[in-house]
Amino acid sequence: MSKIIIIDDEPLARSIVKEYLQKHPQLEMMQECGDGFEGLKAIQQHQPDLIFLDIQMPKITGFEMLELLEQPPAVIFTTAYDEYAIKAFEAHAIDYLLKPFNQDRFDKALAKWSEKKLTITEKATQDLLESASLSPSQSQRIVVKNGSKIKIIPVHDVFYLEAADDYVKIHTSEGYFLKNKTMNHFEQSLDGEQFVRSHRSYIVNVQQITRIDPYEKDNHVAILRSGAKVPVSRSGYGKLKEVLGL
Amino acid sequence: MTNSPLSVIKFRIIFVICWLVMVADNIMVLQFFGLPWQAAIIDSVISNTLLLFACLLVMNTLRYYLPRGTQYINIFSICLFLTIVWLLLIKLLLKLSLGHFPGYNDLLHHSLSIRFSIAFLLLGCVTMISMLWYNQQEQKEKDERKTDAEKLAREAELFKLRQQLQPHFLFNSLNSINALIGNRPEEARKMVQQLSDFLRGTIKKEETQWVTLQEELQYLQLYLDIEKVRFGNRLATEIETDENTTPLKMPALLLQPIVENAIKFGLYDTTGDTVIRLYAAKEENNLVIRVLNPFDPETSSPKKGTGFGLKSVRRRLYLLFARTDLLTTDVKQNIFTTIVKIPQG
Repeated sequence: MSKIIIIDDEPLARSIVKEYLQKHPQLEMMQECGDGFEGLKAIQQHQPDLIFLDIQMPKITGFEMLELLEQPPAVIFTTAYDEYAIKAFEAHAIDYLLKPFNQDRFDKALAKWSEKKLTITEKATQDLLESASLSPSQSQRIVVKNGSKIKIIPVHDVFYLEAADDYVKIHTSEGYFLKNKTMNHFEQSLDGEQFVRSHRSYIVNVQQITRIDPYEKDNHVAILRSGAKVPVSRSGYGKLKEVLGL
Repeated sequence: MTNSPLSVIKFRIIFVICWLVMVADNIMVLQFFGLPWQAAIIDSVISNTLLLFACLLVMNTLRYYLPRGTQYINIFSICLFLTIVWLLLIKLLLKLSLGHFPGYNDLLHHSLSIRFSIAFLLLGCVTMISMLWYNQQEQKEKDERKTDAEKLAREAELFKLRQQLQPHFLFNSLNSINALIGNRPEEARKMVQQLSDFLRGTIKKEETQWVTLQEELQYLQLYLDIEKVRFGNRLATEIETDENTTPLKMPALLLQPIVENAIKFGLYDTTGDTVIRLYAAKEENNLVIRVLNPFDPETSSPKKGTGFGLKSVRRRLYLLFARTDLLTTDVKQNIFTTIVKIPQG
């Protein structure tokens, strides 16, 4: 018996997946969810083997929901149209179903999953997320988990990012949030006109900078509106000058 | 092909009168220098008729060949050449026809240089005038073509803007129909009908078409019915119109993208049920429609709401009214309002 969860904001879209699932009695539908928050809870509670996931959903997208999971399950995406997402799927997803799809296509996706079940694991989903989050539509906000709460941070509220072991500290007016990602990930997914890698361990929001002071011999330090000081390396200083048009 | 200036009756009359004046003038001058009437008339008619032909020749040539830039030197040479040919011809003809008048050959010989300069000046003037005429004609045609092209582009753009349909909407609706076919075929059939009526509306061609508010709201209802099937109970709508707004007119299909934007903004930014409100009122001489949707001010900047949907509406209003102030948005707490003003004729 494999456990299944369906996450889609349109009730009829969920019902068609349920209907197609009836032909596969070995799969047990645990729960259906109307948005990413419900989805997160259900996944943590049921530990499903496979989820059907829509992308455009209220509050957080399907991709953002997956990002918040430490061990994302295997995913088959069901979506109507999203050119960026489709590119990502082609590279890494188990399968993606473009709405509307029929039973045959649905069965094929399931066959693909049971074939790959043994070989692919989280890795594929992780890769998928990396490539999906490079799309411009994803970089307007950052979704983080704060205890059991989910926090959506619009990027213009971010002061700066700081590397902290396996995590990145996202500093905002409400303190900092941790996200299990690399600095390189953020450097690539955030808008380069607004966020500059000023230092190996720092990415700074240039709109927050009030001034840049020299610091020790070759280095500088950026002073933010909040008073925070962000180190600027020699190469980082060059990048900052370019973005600020100095 | 541009028309010759002589195609205009007024110019033709002026041209003939000028020629007659020239002939008369010439006769008087010749007579003044002692030539008998008879000989003066013959001389004048022959030389001026030939000059007339030269003028017509130049006019016609310019019709097909208009000099540009440095080619003006060619025109000058042509005028000079024609004048010389004309001079040789009249010299020959006049000698043959009037050579027997005593003293005529002498007069002819002495007057050649003055005849040459007058003819050259005249031909030059005619050439200049024709060139101005043809240039202006050409400019006019160019302008007309440009206006035509602009008008076509504007119509095409308006058509495209009106037709713009979110692929998301279409595919998701088809998916809903697919789901309904299994268990609720009657509802599926109804939704196919609604979707068809809606699509038919978007491909109507007449751009200038204005509809009454009531017609526009009926069309909007088709769209809302489809969206309600898709989103189920999550989506509710309230539509209120003041009584005096019923006869007011507006461009067709303007409301749907505004409401679509509001629904998207409202539904994707909140998880609970969403109510989209629409109020229509008459203010001064405008039909004013307000569309309200809730959003979460914590997580999204309202700027996001003025996405593509509203941009295309703004562009359409600009193309129709040449005004940029007809579409505005307003944010109060967690309510985002889109306000569209439609001036009444």
